[in-house]
Amino acid sequence: METTCTRASGGEAGITEIVDAFLVELSEDQDVLPLFAHTDIERFREKLIELLCDTAGGPCTYSGDSMRDTHRGMQISRAQFNSVVEDLIRAMEREQVPVGAQNELLRRLAAMYEDIVYL
Amino acid sequence: MPERIRSLLVAPLLLALSALDAGADSRLLATGGGTQFEGQAGGGIVPWAIISGYAEESEWGGAVALTRSRVDDFELDIAAVSVGVHNRYELGYARQKLGVEPLGLSIEQDVFGAKLRLAGDLLYGDLPQLSAGLQYKRNRDFAVPASLQADSRDGVDYYLAASRLWLGGLFGRNVLTSLALRSTEANQTGLLGFGAADGSDRKWVAEGSVGVFLDRHWVVGVEYRQKPDLLDTVDEDDWADVFIGWFPNKRVGLVAAFVDLGPIAGLPSQRGWYLSVQINR
Repeated sequence: METTCTRASGGEAGITEIVDAFLVELSEDQDVLPLFAHTDIERFREKLIELLCDTAGGPCTYSGDSMRDTHRGMQISRAQFNSVVEDLIRAMEREQVPVGAQNELLRRLAAMYEDIVYL
Repeated sequence: MPERIRSLLVAPLLLALSALDAGADSRLLATGGGTQFEGQAGGGIVPWAIISGYAEESEWGGAVALTRSRVDDFELDIAAVSVGVHNRYELGYARQKLGVEPLGLSIEQDVFGAKLRLAGDLLYGDLPQLSAGLQYKRNRDFAVPASLQADSRDGVDYYLAASRLWLGGLFGRNVLTSLALRSTEANQTGLLGFGAADGSDRKWVAEGSVGVFLDRHWVVGVEYRQKPDLLDTVDEDDWADVFIGWFPNKRVGLVAAFVDLGPIAGLPSQRGWYLSVQINR
């Protein structure tokens, strides 16, 4: 059963739409685009949908590598982290995710900060 | 310099800053705050631990602001500029002009401010953003303060501030909380001079803000600022305000408030409005 946060974000289908909108934002983000130069975008999309759905409370389960392993050696700056957060906010606004659900998802993702930045 | 001419000089500066490129703004919207009345990043009457502008590490930014407050018997006009470097250091300057309407005179003051982010972060990690700040103030019209037996025309405030934005903190809305502890000997923030002729010492006072973000662009909140009340000749009371902030984008910020400043220089119950417009680099 879907939990409140996933449901508030539009369910699993809604999360997929958020991720697709996010990828469009990302593709226009010159600050972070170089980080994805060698990324398999199809796999990235699939794992990101899992991650967001899992983070929002399920029912999906994230099956990718840990955040720390994924970002190790990338030396992601605070500016780049913020830039990705802004891309996600714009994607959620475009998909008309309610403010409360946006903030709850951002809160859960912000907790990953120390496993992503400057590794 | 007459007030009107100075405003004319600040206006082109506002425009020039707004026209500069937008390269150095890697922090999230509204995390640069407003420009409080002493010229530092904060709310209306309270400085926050955040650094002015939207610059992250390795970037610089800042703000220029024009502010006017009007209460029963006084009018306060402020022009302020601040620079934030590497999301670590902030330097600022504000010129305040207090119009005392019953006496048909005005009192001007310079405020030079500095702030250093010590630790933590507004948004990420376990620790709230912690900063140390100081404000050197020089009263340029000491006649009225002297007549009220203020001891000195200049003084230094220093403070520690802690600020945190709690994502989804209240009914799914993001909540900003900020607290500062200040050591001061300023009478009415220095507009009535510093210290008292009887040798009253500096005091520690507390000041804080709480704001709820309705969405990314709009915040409503309250502020409270303790005051030292050192002068024997006139009463000084704590300040409070209810504010609304609007951040349409990273270039522009607007703060409007209803302020309650208590008695000032013997004139009771000073209440009114406050409006501040800022342009960010």
